[in-house]
Amino acid sequence: MWNDLILTLQDANTQWVLFGSILLGIASGVLGSFALLRKQSLIGDAMAHAALPGICIAFLLYGTKSIGWFLVGAAISGLIATYFIQTIITHSRIKEDTAIGLVLSVFFGFGIVLLTKIAQSENGNQSGLDDFIFGQAASLVGTDVKVISGVAIALLIITFLLFKELKLFTFDRQFAKGIGLPTGVLNALLMTLIVSAVVIGLQAVGVVLMAAMLITPAISARYWTDRLDRMVIIAGGIGALSGMLGTILSSLASSLPTGPVIVVAATLIFIFSLVFAPQRGLVSKGLKLYKLRKEVARETVLQSMFDLTETAATTGGEIGFSKDDLVERRPMSDRKLQANLAILQKEGLITKTSVDLWKLTSKGAIESYEITLNNRLFETYLMYEMKFANLQLVANDSWNYKEIPSRTLSELKEYMEIHDRTPKLDPELFAAGGIYSDQSDYQRREVN
Amino acid sequence: MNPVDISNVTVAYDRKPVLQEVTFSVPEGKLIGIVGPNGAGKSTLIKAILGLVPTASGTINIYGKSYRAQRKLVGYVPQRGSVDWDFPTNALDVVLMGRYGHIGWFKRPGKKDTQIALQALDKVGMKEYANRQISQLSGGQQQRVFLARALAQDATVYFMDEPFVGVDAATEKAIIALLNELKAQGKTVLVVHHDLQTVKEYFDWTFLLNKRQVALGPTEEVFTIDNLQKTYGGRLAFLDQQVNQPFVQQ
Repeated sequence: MWNDLILTLQDANTQWVLFGSILLGIASGVLGSFALLRKQSLIGDAMAHAALPGICIAFLLYGTKSIGWFLVGAAISGLIATYFIQTIITHSRIKEDTAIGLVLSVFFGFGIVLLTKIAQSENGNQSGLDDFIFGQAASLVGTDVKVISGVAIALLIITFLLFKELKLFTFDRQFAKGIGLPTGVLNALLMTLIVSAVVIGLQAVGVVLMAAMLITPAISARYWTDRLDRMVIIAGGIGALSGMLGTILSSLASSLPTGPVIVVAATLIFIFSLVFAPQRGLVSKGLKLYKLRKEVARETVLQSMFDLTETAATTGGEIGFSKDDLVERRPMSDRKLQANLAILQKEGLITKTSVDLWKLTSKGAIESYEITLNNRLFETYLMYEMKFANLQLVANDSWNYKEIPSRTLSELKEYMEIHDRTPKLDPELFAAGGIYSDQSDYQRREVN
Repeated sequence: MNPVDISNVTVAYDRKPVLQEVTFSVPEGKLIGIVGPNGAGKSTLIKAILGLVPTASGTINIYGKSYRAQRKLVGYVPQRGSVDWDFPTNALDVVLMGRYGHIGWFKRPGKKDTQIALQALDKVGMKEYANRQISQLSGGQQQRVFLARALAQDATVYFMDEPFVGVDAATEKAIIALLNELKAQGKTVLVVHHDLQTVKEYFDWTFLLNKRQVALGPTEEVFTIDNLQKTYGGRLAFLDQQVNQPFVQQ
C-alpha cells in the first residue's frame, strides 16, 4: 500500500491535483467561516445544487467540457436561484429555510434531467459530467487545476485585504453602515466570494457534498478558538488537510469518488474537535462540571460541619456529628456524603470522635470558617445588591470576599451583623482547642 | 450651528408611515432623551439620521452638512440585541471597530488605535475584560463594550439606541455618569429611552415622539402630563398627580 502511495504521489498529474485540492480546501474553509457566522450555511448548499443545471447548459451550448464556461454557467444559475429564494421570501409567507429547500431541489432535479439527457447523447460518455455529482479530483486536468488555484488564490487575497471590513460587516451590519462602509457592496462581494468557493469545488467535491466542505472545517475551527482571525486560519488548515486526504485516498482506489472521502475526513476532524477541543469540547466541559460538583460537595459538607459546630458551641451541645445530622442540615446522597467525609478526613480537616461521629480539626475549622464567611457575605451582598452596585463586576465572576475593598467589606459585615449572620465561631479559638471538651484529641493531632 | 437639524423627515416601510414630518433642532452640549411608546419610531428616527433606513422625504443635517460628509463627527450605539454575541471576538476587538471609520480601507488598526480603545474600555470600567470573549460578558458588560466602541469613535454627536435595556443598576449608573461627562465636554448625546420614571433625572432636554413629534425642549418645560397624554394616549395612568410621576400601562 505504501508503495502504491509513493507511486501515486510521484505522478505529476496527481501532484497538480493535490495542489489544487489543498488550495480549494483552504479557500472553502476560510469563506465557510464567514458563511457560518452569517448563518448562511444553507445558502452554500443551495448554491452548489443550483449550479448543476448551469453546468449542464454550459456544456450543451459549448459542446465540450470547459471549466471556465462551467464556472460561468454555475455562477449564473446560482445567482438565479438566489434571486428566486429572495423573491419567494419577500412575496409570500414562506420562510427562508423552506424557500431554500424548495429552490434547491427544483434546480437539482432540473440539473439531473439535463444530465441524463446529455448522457444519452452521442458525446455524452466523454463529457465527464457525472463527476460533478459526487466529485472526482482525479478527473481534473492541468487547466482545471490552474483555474481552480487561480480563483482560490484570488479569493484568499481579497479576504485578506478586506478582513477588517468583512469582520465588522459580519458582526454588526448596522454599525458598519453607520461608519460609512458600503454594506450593499460588501454583501454582494461576500456572497460572490462564497459562491466562487463553492463553484470551484464542484468538480473535485461534487454538487451534493460541497456545502459540507464549506461548513465542516469552519464549525470545527470554531471549537478551537474565540478569535475570528485564528478561526479563519484553522478552518483553512482543516480544509486543506481534508482536501489532501480525500484526494490521496480516492486516487489510491480508482473507483472511490473524492467528495465523500473529503467530507468523511473533514467530519472526523469535526468529531475530534467536538470531543477534545479545550474549553468548548465535550471532554473539557465534562471535566469542568465534574470538578465543580466535587468542589461544591466538599464545601457543602464543610459548611454543614461549621453550622452544626456553631450551634452546638453556642447552645452548649455536644461537638461531634453523625451523618444524619449533616444530611438534615444540607441534603446529600449517602454515598456522596460518605465519599466526601473520607476525603476531608484524609485531608486532615475533620476527624472521628467515635465510631460514627465527626468533628472539625483546627485546620478544618479555619477552612470551614473561611467558606462560611464568604458564603454569608455573598448572601448579605445579594440582599443589599443595590447599595453595593460598585461590586457588580467583581460579583459577576466568582465571589471572593478577599477581593472586596476594605471599606466596602466592613460595611457588608455591618449588614451581616444586623441579620445575625456573622459566623460565631472564631477560628483562632478553634485552633487553640478552646471549644473542645476533649483536649487530648486535639493535642494528639498536633503531635502527629 | 446646531449639531442635529432635521426638517420634515418622513420614513415609511411599505407605504406605512413610521415617522411623519418630523422637524427638530437640538442645541449643542445637551443630553437629550427621545421618549415615546413602542412603535413610535424612536429607533427609526436615529437610524434615519445615520442613513441606515431610507427617508421618503425631508432633510437631515449634522452641523449644517449631510451625514455622509460629517460621518466622523458621529458616534453610534446600536441596540445590544442587534448582534450575535457568540461571534468569535473579544471586547477589545469590538471597541477597536469604533476606529475603523478613521483607519480607512485595507489597513489594520495600529498602536494608537489600540491605545484609544483601551482608554475607552477603561472609561466604562471594563479594562480588565479587554481580552474576554464577548459571549462571556453579562448583558450590562456587553452594553458597556458597545458604549466604549462609540467612545473610541471620538465623535461630537452621539446617538444611542436604548442603552439601558436589560442592564444592571450599576451599568445604568455608570452609563449616565459617562453621558454627563460627555456633555461636560460640550458633546451632544441623543438617547432613545424607555423608562419614563428616570427621564427627569437623566435628561436636560426631552423629545416626545409618537410617529409625529409631540414636543421638544428642556425637560422641565416639555415633560408634562399634558404632553405625555398626547404622546401615549390612553395608555398612561398617573400614580400621583402632584409629583407628576407618570406610570405606563401597556
